Amino acid sequence: MTEINTSHAADTIAFPKGEAAALGMSRTHLVMMVGLVALVAMAPFAFYPLFVVKVLCFALFALSLNLMLGNLGLLSFGHAAYFGLSSYSAAHAAKVMGFTPELAILFGVVVALVVGAVIGALSVRRKGIYFAMVTLAFAQMVYFFSLQARFTGGEDGIQQVPRGQLFGLISLQNDMTLYALVATLFVLGVLALYRITYSPFGHILRSIRDNEGRAISLGYRVNLYKWLAFVLGAGFAGLAGGMKAISFQLASLTDVYWGMSGEVVLMALIGGMNTFFGPIVGAALVVWMQNELASFGAWVTIVQGLVFMVCILAFRKGILGTLGQFLTRKL
Amino acid sequence: MKRTVSCLAMMVALTTAAHAQMANDGIKIGVLTDQSGVFSSLAGAGSVVAANMAVEDFGDKFGVPVQVVSADHQNKADVGTQIARQWYDVEGVDVIVDVPNSSVVLAVQELAREKDRMLIASGSGTAALTNESCSPNGMHWTWDTYAVAVSTGKAMVEQGGDKWFFLTADYAFGHTMQKDVTAVVEGAGAQVVGSVVAPLNTADFSSYLLQAPAAGANVIALANGGTDTINSLKQAQEFGLNQQARLAGLAIFLTDVHSIGLDAAQGLYLTTGFYWDRTEESREWSKRFFDRHGAMPTMAQAGVYSAVTHYLNAIAQTGTDSAAPVIAQMKATPVNDFFAQNGTIREDGRMVHDMYLAQVKTPAESSGPWDYYKILATVPGDEAFRPLSESACPLVKH
Repeated sequence: MTEINTSHAADTIAFPKGEAAALGMSRTHLVMMVGLVALVAMAPFAFYPLFVVKVLCFALFALSLNLMLGNLGLLSFGHAAYFGLSSYSAAHAAKVMGFTPELAILFGVVVALVVGAVIGALSVRRKGIYFAMVTLAFAQMVYFFSLQARFTGGEDGIQQVPRGQLFGLISLQNDMTLYALVATLFVLGVLALYRITYSPFGHILRSIRDNEGRAISLGYRVNLYKWLAFVLGAGFAGLAGGMKAISFQLASLTDVYWGMSGEVVLMALIGGMNTFFGPIVGAALVVWMQNELASFGAWVTIVQGLVFMVCILAFRKGILGTLGQFLTRKL
Repeated sequence: MKRTVSCLAMMVALTTAAHAQMANDGIKIGVLTDQSGVFSSLAGAGSVVAANMAVEDFGDKFGVPVQVVSADHQNKADVGTQIARQWYDVEGVDVIVDVPNSSVVLAVQELAREKDRMLIASGSGTAALTNESCSPNGMHWTWDTYAVAVSTGKAMVEQGGDKWFFLTADYAFGHTMQKDVTAVVEGAGAQVVGSVVAPLNTADFSSYLLQAPAAGANVIALANGGTDTINSLKQAQEFGLNQQARLAGLAIFLTDVHSIGLDAAQGLYLTTGFYWDRTEESREWSKRFFDRHGAMPTMAQAGVYSAVTHYLNAIAQTGTDSAAPVIAQMKATPVNDFFAQNGTIREDGRMVHDMYLAQVKTPAESSGPWDYYKILATVPGDEAFRPLSESACPLVKH
């Protein structure tokens, strides 16, 4: 985990060369994006809507982690801190301060951005295992803060969070209305992340990953770029956390626990951290396993571990990475 | 055309008639529990076994199937509520039982109210379930932190423990227990000579524990749970603190004692809602449970059996499985089985039954595995649980 080898050109998340682009996307990516939107639109009719809501929240969360992991090769092992803090903030805002849901989620995002900015400023000077450990340490501080702070309700969490009325007008009590909101935010989030990833800013991030010394010599202030990517990642994790708190009407210690940080890394790796869409696939798979295997007793964690091992041993590039290699396309 | 219409009308009439009795063709009981984490031995698979035993023992009296489904909530509130939602919405589960872990159980109780189904909590201990977060659709069957902590407190003061020292886990669970017990022991004339808070998952309790003899305590109360209890208990034994003072566990289960071993746990005072080797009926049931599960039942698991049986009896008497009449029937009928004698379910959902003050046997007193407790006294239910006059539950009219 210390040295994440991303230097092989075929493995990188970089924009495929020579493919005709529309709307700033390669043809493959355009097809995938349209497919994703169609899938999101149809999923609640095929699956239990709140299950899909959960998949979408975690998919966005995994994508936000991969902004750093995939483009910079920096593994943040404390990503649950921003997810969880945002989920607590949004829940508190909606329940105690009487915010409408969109403002509560926005409040969560702002908190995540601010905390991400502080932690990011202190951690981006390190790389590899040191970076992972520093971010983990900060996340543990956030965990113990959440365990003891009065407003979080300790191990009981914040319960009975009202879903409220969107813009003060539309009640979210109906699962389908809620789904529409979450799906919209998710698609907007994915588009924004896609834009960031394939913007000049994203190219610079990858150049820093591949040869930091060269990027410095070209005049880029690499720590500033890393910090920006970190803060953006924290912000999108916050969006995911806020959506989850409003949808499930609770915020609990699970969201800030280090196990959650590990799980989101698992999602990104299983799906393929060197692909843009991979983390979505990984998140769907992990959430599905947690749900489906729950009725088999103690098997969830065992199967999750096995899947992880198989991924590491057999297809290191993750599901989409391997599939892309097979199809000789960049997915 | 006419025939079609009358056929349709008949079909509608038939289906509504069936709905009035048993919704979704059968009775479904969902055991939502922890099968892979810290609560898995005190509840977990054993709770599923207990629910299945209750259904089998009840027999086929309805003409519709009674089904038990189970799931591992993995101690994640979102996974737990997700499963509970799906159970209530899609699979037609009528009642969810057990649910250790306070964040999950509070969320499920809220969900049961929203969907007008039922929750009967057994493995979880949060007293908030029947206090400020109470619900007309929820019942709390076996224990809560108030009952086990306060009963132990009262009984130990009666037995001469008048100088208390608290080792408290530094989060809401520990602080709540310390507050409740302090109120009771001070009310009974004892004195709190000191307390210390230790972070969750502390490995080395020596610096905390050694403050107790310095404070001149004759009772050391462990206001913590899980691995914290196990570690602090073992280390108290290593320092010989159980020679100088009595140790009181405020939230301890039979399976905890089993894993700690009698060498370290001997002499510990605790309160339990059930002990297998107490009466003829409890022994008989527990042996059957042991044959299927390979371990003696904890109070949480025995509570699941008792709760499911009482629930099925209420359905048999009312002829419906919709929540409101079944709850009314359950509250109107006293609970009498191997688990509880004359237990009653209060308006706030609390099942009030006798608790037992126990002391862990020494290795010499024990005849073998699972022979762990001496029952010292019975704490009447009215004294064990928080009185309604102190309740913050909005359902309770003062």
